[in-house]
Amino acid sequence: METKNIMIVGVGGQGSLLASKLLGHMLLKYGYDVKVSEVHGMSQRGGSVVTYVRYGDKVYSPIIDKGEADCIVAFELLEAARWTEYLKTGGQIVVNTQQTDPMPVIIGAMQYPENLVEKMQNLGVKIDACDCLSLANQAGSTKAVNIVLMGKLSNYFPFPEEDWIQAIQECVPKKFIELNKKAFALGRNSR
Amino acid sequence: MTKQLMLGNAALARGLYEAGCSVASSYPGTPSTEVTEELAKYDEIYSEWAPNEKVAMETAFGACIGGKRSFCAMKHVGLNVAADPLFTMSYTGVNAGMVICVADDAGMHSSQNEQDSRHYAIAAKVPMLKPSDSSEAIEFAKAAYEISEQFDTPVIIKMCTRVAHSQSVVQTSERVVPPVKPYVKDIPKNVMMPGNAKRKHPLVEERTRKLAEFAETSPLNRIEWGGTELGFITSSTSYQYVKEVFGDSVSVLKLGMVYPLPEKLIKEFAQKVTKLAVIEELDPIIEEYCKCLGLEVSGKDVLPLDGEYSQNMIAKAFGKTLDEGKKLDEALPARPPMMCAGCPHRGVFYLLSKHKCTVFGDIGCYTLGAVAPLYALDVSTCMGASIPAVHGFNKALGNESEGKSVAVIGDSTFMHSGMTGLANVAYNQSNSTVFILDNSITGMTGHQQNPTTGYNIKGDPAGKIDLKALCRAMGFERVRVVDPYDLAQTEQALKEELSVQAPSVIISRRPCALLKTVKHNPPLKVCEGDCKSCKACMKLGCPAISMKNGKAVIDPTLCLGCGVCKQLCKFNAIVEE
Repeated sequence: METKNIMIVGVGGQGSLLASKLLGHMLLKYGYDVKVSEVHGMSQRGGSVVTYVRYGDKVYSPIIDKGEADCIVAFELLEAARWTEYLKTGGQIVVNTQQTDPMPVIIGAMQYPENLVEKMQNLGVKIDACDCLSLANQAGSTKAVNIVLMGKLSNYFPFPEEDWIQAIQECVPKKFIELNKKAFALGRNSR
Repeated sequence: MTKQLMLGNAALARGLYEAGCSVASSYPGTPSTEVTEELAKYDEIYSEWAPNEKVAMETAFGACIGGKRSFCAMKHVGLNVAADPLFTMSYTGVNAGMVICVADDAGMHSSQNEQDSRHYAIAAKVPMLKPSDSSEAIEFAKAAYEISEQFDTPVIIKMCTRVAHSQSVVQTSERVVPPVKPYVKDIPKNVMMPGNAKRKHPLVEERTRKLAEFAETSPLNRIEWGGTELGFITSSTSYQYVKEVFGDSVSVLKLGMVYPLPEKLIKEFAQKVTKLAVIEELDPIIEEYCKCLGLEVSGKDVLPLDGEYSQNMIAKAFGKTLDEGKKLDEALPARPPMMCAGCPHRGVFYLLSKHKCTVFGDIGCYTLGAVAPLYALDVSTCMGASIPAVHGFNKALGNESEGKSVAVIGDSTFMHSGMTGLANVAYNQSNSTVFILDNSITGMTGHQQNPTTGYNIKGDPAGKIDLKALCRAMGFERVRVVDPYDLAQTEQALKEELSVQAPSVIISRRPCALLKTVKHNPPLKVCEGDCKSCKACMKLGCPAISMKNGKAVIDPTLCLGCGVCKQLCKFNAIVEE
């Protein structure tokens, strides 16, 4: 099997490390070779962050380059737009429509761009957009946005729901399992 | 054990554990930090955070002399600090094995420069191994101890961001602890005064020759034959990129040991390929070695000296055309890292900016005081430099700069290398003011304990250095502690200490807002009717505050209720929910 590429992009502190952990755990379970590349340190402090998840028969590079991603999972709308050029022709974006102003917007030096979903669609990108923050709130915590998004992403894999649930149980601290199961279901059924 | 995904740094820790490592001492630094954090989870290993990398390396050295396998880890710039012991430990050699991890940061994801640590292996004449994924990190840790003991030398394992912070598949095995090597007093071997060192140096040269011989046949270096039109010599992540692009269509000499290099193996490989290329990030060390052997080789003629490489970069350099994806046709606002909402440093930087101080900064989260809209830093270079730099600045400019210039340094950085600079201020009496930004943790690298926090690497109670008492003991008569959430108190301290003709220290004390033990106030809100759109609160650069329809608004999901913005609002428009 040719190597598949998934990028998880967002703003430092949004919980992308748990999302990639869950995904990596699932893929390994299904017998793939997997590499997950993360960002630690300074860029985590509210900056733009990206995690690369690659899987297939044999994975070499730990990173995904421009034009290579099959799917981008975006925790924030502007971040989806920023990384669009990493998508393959005909690639898929799964995006939380939440908007977090970056510093140039906060201080009024720039505007938060408008109609980003439309603009990305005009590039020929397939977009699955959803207000995951509301769904996370519904599940019980805004912090569960990451698992809501994983629920949405799970629709693009042939894996049965019970396997995802089991992976959540294996990756998440006990006291948060129920919250995350709920968040996952809300994301998965949000279409 | 079954297969599992493991972070490169965790895998290195696992390899060290399996190889029987017994003592580990490190100073945190991205991208090396997790190696020691993971080691600390193994109860069989004594592990600790040292105040700096030199202390860490010397501790590991003492442990190996004692007869147990030891380890220390640091980022690339940390090896500058530990270079002093490294160069002479190369002469003494070891007793039990000693392994040093240095993690480079090509691309500078979280660093102030992009130096190539291989130069240290060459200069100190110490062997260096370079794993290319997590599985090799485990394997190379074991090989490193074997080499260390066989050749009587410390061994460096060089990680890089993409190996350190990538998870890949590993299989673990059991821990095997070699017997303790009894310590035997040996002055000619271990006391490096001139007479002994003179006898040691030729032995070090002989050792390097033997290591080069070892490198010729060691399984750490291997040739993967494929097409012979093009042959690559490479290592680490660059190897992964080459395989990604070319698969088996080319031949690859993969070097797991990057110093010393295997001359015969390289020549043999070069002879059998039509065109030879070296792919190595940063400096052309292997390439220049090949050129010295008289080989015609491509490398830095088609690839850059700076930054990280990637599969596309290598593909393009060797003539492949790519479909690189489509970009939005507009400039998007950047999202640089910034100080968090509720960060205790923000108030200090707001005041330093307000009073137009010349600020000598240091290494940590507070380096972010340099970014918009605070623009509060003037200079930042390396760990501990803030205090000596403000001292030198004031000695040079006297009255012109005194009373307007300050140094800012975090608690952990102060323990690392700020104390000696402060001793110089006390000793040579410059009229300098130093802010110690004490957030009670090592922040930027992800919350490690340090000598001022009162806890050790495992979170257990430990010795606690009293910063105020320490500064007083150094001879500072003016030492005061302020709460940076209290702007009036902090501003008064700043004004007073800048106005007096004496060296002074202001300890700005408030724990990092991200610490789990810190309790926060409820989020604040702006009463829309009372907001006069003066934007005074916007000067803080707090990510929780923005202007919407001409009025300030506070994002309740981000606000931690620190109250600094409230103190700036002249119209009392910022209130508790």
